[in-house]
Amino acid sequence: MKNPRNYAVLVSAVVLVCCGALILGQKVNAAGEGKITGTVKLDGAAPHMKGIDMSKDPYCSKAHASDPAHLETYVVGAGGALENVVLSIDGWSGSAQVTTAIPVFDQKNCMYSPHVLAMDAGETFKVETSDQTAHNIHPLPNPMVNVGWNQSQPPGAPPIEKSWKAAEVIPVKCNIHPWMNGWFVVVKGPYATTDANGKYTIAGVPPGSYTVTAWQEAAGTQTQKVTVAAGGSATADFTFKAK
Amino acid sequence: MRTRLRKWSLLLGAAAVLALPLTSWAQLTQFDLAKTLNAESHVGNVTGHAKDAAAPYRRYCVGCHGPLGDGEGENAPWMDAPMYQKPRNFQLGVFKCRSTPTGTLPADQDLYDAITRGFDRSNMPQWNTLTKQERTDLVAWVKHFSPRFATEKPGAPIPIPPEPEVTPERIKAGREVFARVQCWKCHGVQGMANGPSASTLTDDLGRPIAPFNFTDGSRPKCGDTDQDIYRIFMTGLDGTPMPSFADNIKPEEAWDLVFYLRTFMSQKSKEKELAKQLALKPVDPNAPAGQQ
Repeated sequence: MKNPRNYAVLVSAVVLVCCGALILGQKVNAAGEGKITGTVKLDGAAPHMKGIDMSKDPYCSKAHASDPAHLETYVVGAGGALENVVLSIDGWSGSAQVTTAIPVFDQKNCMYSPHVLAMDAGETFKVETSDQTAHNIHPLPNPMVNVGWNQSQPPGAPPIEKSWKAAEVIPVKCNIHPWMNGWFVVVKGPYATTDANGKYTIAGVPPGSYTVTAWQEAAGTQTQKVTVAAGGSATADFTFKAK
Repeated sequence: MRTRLRKWSLLLGAAAVLALPLTSWAQLTQFDLAKTLNAESHVGNVTGHAKDAAAPYRRYCVGCHGPLGDGEGENAPWMDAPMYQKPRNFQLGVFKCRSTPTGTLPADQDLYDAITRGFDRSNMPQWNTLTKQERTDLVAWVKHFSPRFATEKPGAPIPIPPEPEVTPERIKAGREVFARVQCWKCHGVQGMANGPSASTLTDDLGRPIAPFNFTDGSRPKCGDTDQDIYRIFMTGLDGTPMPSFADNIKPEEAWDLVFYLRTFMSQKSKEKELAKQLALKPVDPNAPAGQQ
């Protein structure tokens, strides 16, 4: 150990091994957990989504001057890909869902982004505003299930952090801008929301047989049975019909 | 024809989905309510017992609020004047007039004050002719209708600092707050309830509701002292479109806003006098931030 360079090499080797062991250790903990993936499609032509007249608030109509706003009841992509469908597992009895990122609900250009925000019961989520006009964020849960609230978010307002105690589909509205409507979909256990390609992945599912529920705000719900093998991936594709 | 049909069915479907949470709100029965008959309330040094209020409730309240406290009393269907609110459904545990933050239960004193004060522009009269004990018992009775009171505590009351002296500077500062948090979106730049969003407002049950008109001489539903007005915008009126501004108005700014709101009201006040001397103009919704 006379050469300081040798010493440095040894120390970094030890550090590397330790880090590796830590990472591997985590992987060992998570070993066996599989995932459920799939694609959600809409059968037939995409329903026409009505345009939104935002002329009551000049800030809002200006934000959509070049890109007219329309309802988001069905957001359909290429090949019928259906966005904003929430996938969850029926009768989940496992431990609380551990997510890395806090679900964020933003008020942007007088619309909700995302239009549908899924979360686990008890999970913290955040409500932000990117707009230079005042909003009030007003979720309307069933008072027998969850406790509603109503808070203002004028321009530059700090984010609001909240959580819901029980699983429920909760409509959200802004009373100032009556066209603004969105959803908090509170489920129990792991969940996923379809992206613009209609694809989803529910991660962190221990091996076993499950019933997957797909929820769409207007088309309703569908279920499918899947079996997840240890560390494996099960597929559940859904096709909705527009109502 | 087909597209029209599809459009209608889409609309109906959306309406059904939206109406679902309203219609599926569970109803408690007499058997459920029997479990909470031991509800109590504390107002000052008076303790109220739900059991003792059964008779006065049947005598004074049941006609509108109904035997199950769901707001479906035999008079309720006839209370259909536009913009008038229906009798409160106590089972939901949602109350407008609170000293506690939005989304929390009211304090016993809040319910007591509501019974005592009644609600301006509604069918709910003042019950200040009942004794303090009777009113406190009725608070316990109101609480026994909602299972929330058995399991949750009321929120911590929002702190109200002592009221400062009214000054021209404070009124001008209040005008800035009024512009910044955009009260005018519903209440209008002159407080006349004619803001751009006023005509489309609905309450939590989807019924049309009007913002408060500061100028027509009516009293705010949750009281008309300066403290009451402070409390109204800091707690929000749950069940209505009026949100809580607690996160966005600092306590000292809140007093400024109370003073500015007073300048709209028809009643004589020091604030109104000062506003006249200052020749204050209504806020300009199009002015850049902080440049009123």
